[in-house]
Amino acid sequence: MREQFDVAIVGAGPAGISAAHVLGGRGIKTIVFERGEYPGAKNISGGVLYGHDLARILPDFREKGCPIERNIVESRLWYLSNDGGYSVAFRDRAFCDRLFLNAFTVGRARFDRWFAEQTKEKGILVVCSTVVTDLLRDARGQVIGVMTDRPEGDVKARVVLLADGINSALAAKTGFRPEPNPHDVALAVKDVIELPEELINERFNVETGQGVTTEIIGEITEGMDGVAVIYTNRNSLSVCIGANLSDFVKSRVKPYEMLERLKEHPMVAPLIRGGQSKEYMAHWVAEGGYDSIPGLSGNGYLIAGDSGMLFNALHREGSNMAMTSGRFAAEAIVEAFDKGDFSSNGLAGYLERLDGSYIMEDLKKYRGFGKFRLEHHELFTTLPRLHSFAAREMLTVDGVSKKEKQRIIWKAIRKEISTGKMIRLFRHGWGSIK
Amino acid sequence: MTVKIEDKLFLDRFRVDEEPHIRIIENAVCMDKCEEQPCLYFCPANVYRLEKDRIVVAYEGCLECGSCRIGCPYLNIEWRFPTGGYGISHRFG
Ligand SMILES: Cc1cc2nc3c(=O)[nH]c(=O)nc-3n(C[C@H](O)[C@H](O)[C@H](O)COP(=O)(O)OP(=O)(O)OC[C@H]3O[C@@H](n4cnc5c(N)ncnc54)[C@H](O)[C@@H]3O)c2cc1C
Ligand code: SF4
Ligand code: SF4
Repeated sequence: MREQFDVAIVGAGPAGISAAHVLGGRGIKTIVFERGEYPGAKNISGGVLYGHDLARILPDFREKGCPIERNIVESRLWYLSNDGGYSVAFRDRAFCDRLFLNAFTVGRARFDRWFAEQTKEKGILVVCSTVVTDLLRDARGQVIGVMTDRPEGDVKARVVLLADGINSALAAKTGFRPEPNPHDVALAVKDVIELPEELINERFNVETGQGVTTEIIGEITEGMDGVAVIYTNRNSLSVCIGANLSDFVKSRVKPYEMLERLKEHPMVAPLIRGGQSKEYMAHWVAEGGYDSIPGLSGNGYLIAGDSGMLFNALHREGSNMAMTSGRFAAEAIVEAFDKGDFSSNGLAGYLERLDGSYIMEDLKKYRGFGKFRLEHHELFTTLPRLHSFAAREMLTVDGVSKKEKQRIIWKAIRKEISTGKMIRLFRHGWGSIK
Repeated sequence: MTVKIEDKLFLDRFRVDEEPHIRIIENAVCMDKCEEQPCLYFCPANVYRLEKDRIVVAYEGCLECGSCRIGCPYLNIEWRFPTGGYGISHRFG
């Protein structure tokens, strides 16, 4: 491959493919490299995508056969102790009509492959089974292409877009983004559990085609800063659990054993009963937030999506940021071609767009959230236990007066957590998301 | 509760690269310096296993999460992606 391309994209995930769509639409000669056998082969997510960001790239994504599993009509939040827990849920008719496909589930192996296929008619070349191993640079350090693990695999390009995800082996090599610290990523594991479509409808109280997301925190992550989710697909459930990698390194908890324990929790077991595990996977989640974002552009290159740490951990929004940052990168690249300037100056439109969008605004808003969680492990230990204890006490009918029960509950709370600590917890918590 | 990691990995589709993509740089560091040996626990595929006098690496079942590369406290693991098209291929994802 000695050909010269206008743009080389590393990674056929949502960020890379979104950029390819925009570039293809403008007639810019683009090649995408993907290390998997097909796009999506290496990717997982809980599985929620957002219609708004996708429609900005492919307005007719439904007509084009986007492999949608279920339209999300209800979001549940659970706060669990080992024996039970609290549940709140929100459902709205609007998600069935006016806001149809605001959020929907997908399997990434199918979605990414479909999304990449749609670029073909725009003249994009997607080359799979190919690892980009390093970048080509000229004497002045300007990026001028990529090196791959294919024989004679160097490919020249005016601009390289790094859309290679959170586990970027290139990052450390190129120095464009340092390796993440263990506390900047969460390690998540996931089971896909097959169940008949009608049974899922019944268990989650939805109609065919409708789905539910459940986000879970509490004792389930065994004292680690983490979260679990259960998302409904058409005829399967995605069950994921993850925790901060620095906590895993200290805790001696095995991720797959934690996943199995989650599946046995009294709130979870009845939902998956009779299901067949079909696939088991692991992946990082970019948790570092605003302060871990590297320089996202330089001479001849841009970084988009997870590779640039663009992930909102509180709202599990990553795929949308990947798509929109990919689109912004492509728009900036188009401008650079108009100007004939591929230096960081010529590509400056990328950072301007990011700064003016919800992406940077949201990431700034929640910049303290990761630190808050890491500093308050009681969120995952004593607090859910005490909460459950309090509710159980109040609901137990045993001849003890409610006043006496309150006294017992307060005593238990004070024993485990001081008032000062409680106040700090609320102050820090509110401060990190306000 | 007992779960065997082999049963979980059995569900996945792997195309095994003959050339290992993971290597322990210095076994002496594992055995003499690294007291906690956290790779034996946090690896979601149980790739690292303790044998008598060394850590063995069953790279064939690696899920390619990257955790060992940065989670090893001595950065004693050399890690690259499997050759293009090799390693795990998700069917659902
Ligand atoms: C368990 C879990 C649950 C999640 N849940 C959600 C959710 O519900 N909603 C949501 O919005 N987000 C979620 N996310 C986050 C979301 O998955 C990511 O933000 C999103 O996938 C980022 O897209 P990307 O294109 O930047 O990177 P990726 O999707 O990771 O794509 C990167 C691509 O680059 C390829 N690649 C990497 N290096 C190379 C190389 N050197 N050469 C060639 N190819 C390479 C990879 O194989 C991959 O295909 C979740 C993540 C996880 C792990
Ligand atoms: S964590 Fe690193 S140093 Fe310790 S045993 Fe594992 S590979 Fe060796
Ligand atoms: S990359 Fe992940 S799955 Fe593979 S050996 Fe390292 S920790 Fe285990």
